[in-house]
Amino acid sequence: MTALAILGGHLIDPAVGMDALKDVLLKDGRVAEVAGPGKLKQANGAEVLDAAGLIVAPGLIDMHVHLREPGQGYKETIATGTAAAAAGGFTSVAAMPNTVPVNDSPEITRWMQAPERGAAIRVFPVAAATRGSKGEAINDYAAMKSAGAVAVSDDGHPILKDSVMREALAAAARVGLTVIQHAEDTRLTLGASMNLGPVSFKLGLRGMPPEAESGMVERDIRLVTELRDIRAHLHVAHTSTAAALNAVRQARRNGLRVTCEVAPHHFLLTEEHVGLYNTNAKMNPPLRSAADRDAMIEAILDGVVDVIATDHAPHAVHEKEVEFDNAPNGITGLETALGLCLRWLHKEWRMPLGRVISLLSAQPAALLNLKGRGTLTAGSFADVVIFDPKAEWTYRAREGKSKSRNTPFDGWPMQSKVRWTISEGRIAYSAEP
Amino acid sequence: MDGLSHLLTRATALENEDPLVRSRILAKRRVALLFYESSTRTRTSFELAAKGLGADTTLVSSLSSSIEKGESLKDTGLTLRALGAETIILRHNSSGAAWLLEAETRLPVLNAGDGMHEHPTQALLDLRTILAHLRPGVLAVTAETLAGVTVSIVGDILHSRVARSNMMLLPRLGARVLLCGPKELLPELAAQAGPGIAIERDFDAALRQSQVVMMLRIQAERLAGLQLDLEQYKANYQLTGPRLAAHAPEAIVLHPGPIIRGLEVTAGVADGPQSVILEQVRNGVAIRMAVVERALTVSQQGGRA
Repeated sequence: MTALAILGGHLIDPAVGMDALKDVLLKDGRVAEVAGPGKLKQANGAEVLDAAGLIVAPGLIDMHVHLREPGQGYKETIATGTAAAAAGGFTSVAAMPNTVPVNDSPEITRWMQAPERGAAIRVFPVAAATRGSKGEAINDYAAMKSAGAVAVSDDGHPILKDSVMREALAAAARVGLTVIQHAEDTRLTLGASMNLGPVSFKLGLRGMPPEAESGMVERDIRLVTELRDIRAHLHVAHTSTAAALNAVRQARRNGLRVTCEVAPHHFLLTEEHVGLYNTNAKMNPPLRSAADRDAMIEAILDGVVDVIATDHAPHAVHEKEVEFDNAPNGITGLETALGLCLRWLHKEWRMPLGRVISLLSAQPAALLNLKGRGTLTAGSFADVVIFDPKAEWTYRAREGKSKSRNTPFDGWPMQSKVRWTISEGRIAYSAEP
Repeated sequence: MDGLSHLLTRATALENEDPLVRSRILAKRRVALLFYESSTRTRTSFELAAKGLGADTTLVSSLSSSIEKGESLKDTGLTLRALGAETIILRHNSSGAAWLLEAETRLPVLNAGDGMHEHPTQALLDLRTILAHLRPGVLAVTAETLAGVTVSIVGDILHSRVARSNMMLLPRLGARVLLCGPKELLPELAAQAGPGIAIERDFDAALRQSQVVMMLRIQAERLAGLQLDLEQYKANYQLTGPRLAAHAPEAIVLHPGPIIRGLEVTAGVADGPQSVILEQVRNGVAIRMAVVERALTVSQQGGRA
């Protein structure tokens, strides 16, 4: 493998507090050297990437994506989903297990990581927490972990039974894995297709009450409290309500291992964006009230939110061209996350660039225990994103790399343009300057 | 408001027109009725309205078509368009279906009821009925036409598209809308749907303020597992002869139908002198003539009533 010398860039590596002009040498899939401008010692013969005026950062990590393989290749494949990820600056994604069949076995976990899948970047499977994600019998977490799973979750199918969730948290803690919960008390959301509120009433759509999320988070936190001696780790996926965030905030004050993620659509959009039944504004959890949206922003800025994750959920055009209540949940997100985060978190709400990058790299790496990722210190994996932080552009879904087009952000202004994405020393994505 | 006045004016003009002259207005134009839910009044009156103007109509219902085989609303709509339909009258069990069909076919779509969302022609015929009694002769309406009038809408508000369309329409003419019903069928947030809407859970108190009482059926097909104590419901919300006589002896009583006699209203009230239920049905034909005419004679865009 040829060596890559990234010269003249501004290195931001939040894991070690680095924020300075540095040259970076990548060799054999690892970071070989980080040095002041022009000071690399072993760069002879390396291919040079001119990063003048660009930010050099750890490759982004999206800990919540749906790659749809095995089973639903018409929506997305591991190849197309990871190509979209690379275009968005991501070098690692954690793939949720709601595939067909459900990823509840070491065989499927290995199949997803096999070279034949043609992944452009690293895929880390999340294994189903229970057999078939049916919420009854928990899986063999040790076997799933040795096959490569980095967490367990029944994403999309919350674990309702207290006893099963307790057992999942305990079993995961024993093997050092996190339980990622899609917090939704589905007994309160039957037939519902958006947030419960004045908008759902007016549109004549059944609504999901915020308590369906926060109640489940509170239940899960109670279980983690009972299991605090074994340091059980709960991660709340795609948090969307102020009440759920408050529960997480309180749990953390109480010293519990409770973490959470927020998706860009939940800190940027509200239930009003459903408009006249726009199925590209339908996802689960749904777009919430303006007060909930503001709570997401506040919690991101004050540090309660650990991770920005996209919940990239591609669906074919024909699946979304239907009646709102019949449309599947979910939107794509991999190609818009960085552009939206810089446009809003950084530019609009003044979050330092290093903190934004940390939410998208160092923090998910630490949370999932991805050793050697989320940082660019010497010896780390050569996972790098190089982007122009000032570039402004307009996102066009039809020009994307994902197989699907289901996004409410089509036509939105973006800030920052990815120039190169490097996955373990290979250029996974390259744009014209 | 101009559009509304025009529709009311045309409804009256068309109703009074010589049937032979009327039948030339849309002669041989093609109107498709696409019905995903059963219907007596709406379907028949739309069909009579279109035929009365001379249009050819064809009815596609979900139980005797390729919809049963899994054809999507989009494909069904495109098929009807390819067969020459110039407008589609849609009754559908999903809220927002009319928007979807119009976006996909680019034909004027007339919403004959979509899920729990809206039933615009029902609200228009209700308005025509109310005007005939409270403001006889008025066709040109303004934001003050119904000033001082209180309309109570009673019963299963949550699942009712008729309630939503009326609570959006009537306050635009100055009416005050009182929503009345139990919490399970009338959430507090209904009052935030628009201006001029308030909640009054005490039926007798609502009646005492009302010149118009609109009774709704409990939509058993949309209750989604909700358990209701019907005896309790009747005790609190059934419109009986004595209740009407005691609290609203002058009010007119509307019901969009179908009526479940003995549940939301007694037979005596339904057939009584204050009931205008069959007038509503008759007004449906006139209003729908005006609406179908507009869809096929105004621009090809923006045809929804």
